[in-house]
This record gives sequence, structure tokens and C-alpha cells, in this order.
Amino acid sequence: MTVKEVAEKLDLSLLAGEDGMDREIHGCYIGDLLSWVMARASSGDIWLTVMGNVNAIAVAALTDAACIVLTESAPLDEDARTRAQQQGIPVLSTEMTAYQAARRIAELLP
Amino acid sequence: MSSLSLHYVVPGDDFTRAGEASSDVKNKLKKLGYNSDAIRRVAIAMYEAEINMVIHAGGGEAFVEVSPQNVEIQMVDHGPGIADIEKAMQAGYSTAPDKVRSLGFGAGMGLPNIAKYSDTLKIETEVGKGTTLYMTVLANR
Ligand SMILES: Nc1ncnc2c1ncn2[C@@H]1O[C@H](COP(=O)(O)OP(=O)(O)OP(=O)(O)O)[C@@H](O)[C@H]1O
Ligand SMILES: [Mg+2]
Repeated sequence: MTVKEVAEKLDLSLLAGEDGMDREIHGCYIGDLLSWVMARASSGDIWLTVMGNVNAIAVAALTDAACIVLTESAPLDEDARTRAQQQGIPVLSTEMTAYQAARRIAELLP
Repeated sequence: MSSLSLHYVVPGDDFTRAGEASSDVKNKLKKLGYNSDAIRRVAIAMYEAEINMVIHAGGGEAFVEVSPQNVEIQMVDHGPGIADIEKAMQAGYSTAPDKVRSLGFGAGMGLPNIAKYSDTLKIETEVGKGTTLYMTVLANR
């Protein structure tokens, strides 16, 4: 399943980084404390968070996450948007809570 | 594979640029075809050290030596130093101010992450003088 397919199924809106929409998704990680996420998120994860700053983009890049999903309509900073666009890391938005979104993702992933 | 010497200046208090040095090293290692697990460990350890320099020490410098066997990273700052290194190494210990915590930092996981993901770690620190981290990541653990 690709980022694009999950985005369509969950009705996520794309805020930046469309170049990365064809990446395969392997799992999901939830967290807002960056150094915690840094240690635990895996390559190819959908990362659910409320952190829409430029440091979150750096963490997604370094952990090789497939995309960031900002839950509960958490805002994306302007410089974070620019960075995500440059690096081709999809940042998507949803009104769902992390719990609600994770339940839907769990139904989609094998 | 050829060897590589890299040098970066990490600006202090600029959160928008923090992570540039570690991202650049990650990209260069990828191009060299370095072991992907080693790249991930270098990226994590170096990012945490880079962020610590920005948050706690007003910036600093990074020196990176890449060889086929390992990546040696030296992170040098002239910040306040670490008074109680044993405490600082404990997961959960953090002196990060509220302003920085609201950005997602301050879990007190940075130094424990560095220790976990590097293969050797040496910290030299003196209160009032600064801190230097020496870390090595083996290409094949
Ligand atoms: N380069 C440094 N100069 C001065 N103090 C430092 C430095 N690096 C770490 N410290 C001290 O050690 C503590 C623990 O560092 P650590 O990286 O583990 O956690 P943190 O930076 O506070 O939070 P996190 O890394 O989880 O965002 C810091 O809160 C700070 O007091
Ligand atoms: Mg830290």
C-alpha cells in the first residue's frame, strides 16, 4: 500500500511533499516527543503526530518515515512546509485523533 | 570505497537549520552505498548531538571521518558544559526550557539514543568551558 492509497482511503488532505506519495508503507508510529520518535520510528512508517515544525520534518527524513500525518488538524509551519516540499516528504492532515487514524490504518495494512 | 572528511558549523539557537549537518552526512553516506543500518545509526546519533548543541550550548562544530570500516564523529561546543554527566545520560533527564519543549524536545532521550546507536562514545565536558562528544559507528555491527 502506498502513501497515496492510504491518503485516498482515509480522506487525508495533502499539505506538502507530493513527490513522496508513491512510497510503500510498512507500518505506523505515533508520538510527539522528537527524540523518542527518532529512536523508535522505522523506515516506511506512517508517523502520526501533532508536531508540524521543521524539526519534525528532519526527524521524518532521518528515520526514513514514509510520511507525516498531522492529526486533529494540527498546523504545519511555513518553513516546515517548504522543507517537506524540498525533501519530498508527504505531510498530510486529518481531523481524526491519532487513535481514530491508527485504527483505520490498522485495517488497511496487512 | 574512498574515505571522506567532513566539517560543519552548527549555528546556535537556529532550530530551522538544526539537522542540516546530520542530513547532509546521511545523504553522502547513501551516495557512497554505505550499509543502511549504519546510516540510520549515524543519522540518529549525530542529529541528537547536533540538536543538543543548538539547544544547550549555543551551537558548535562537527567533524566527520568516513572510512569503509566506520564513521567517526566529533561534536565540539563551547557551551556551559554538563555538570552531572551520569544524570544527563539517564533516560528522562532534561533541563530543556519550556520554549524548546513546546517544539517536541526535552524527552531526555537524546544522550541515551546516542549511547544506544553508536558503537563507542566518549564525552569530555567541563563546566563553563564546553563539551566534546566522540562517537564511532561501525559499518557492520
Ligand atoms: N552539548 C551540551 N551542552 C550542555 N549541556 C548538555 C549538552 N548536551 C546535553 N546536555 C545536558 O544533558 C541533558 C540531557 O540531554 P538529552 O539530549 O539526553 O536530553 P534533552 O536534550 O534535554 O531532551 P531530548 O534530547 O530528548 O530532546 C540536557 O537536558 C542538558 O542539561
Ligand atoms: Mg537532546
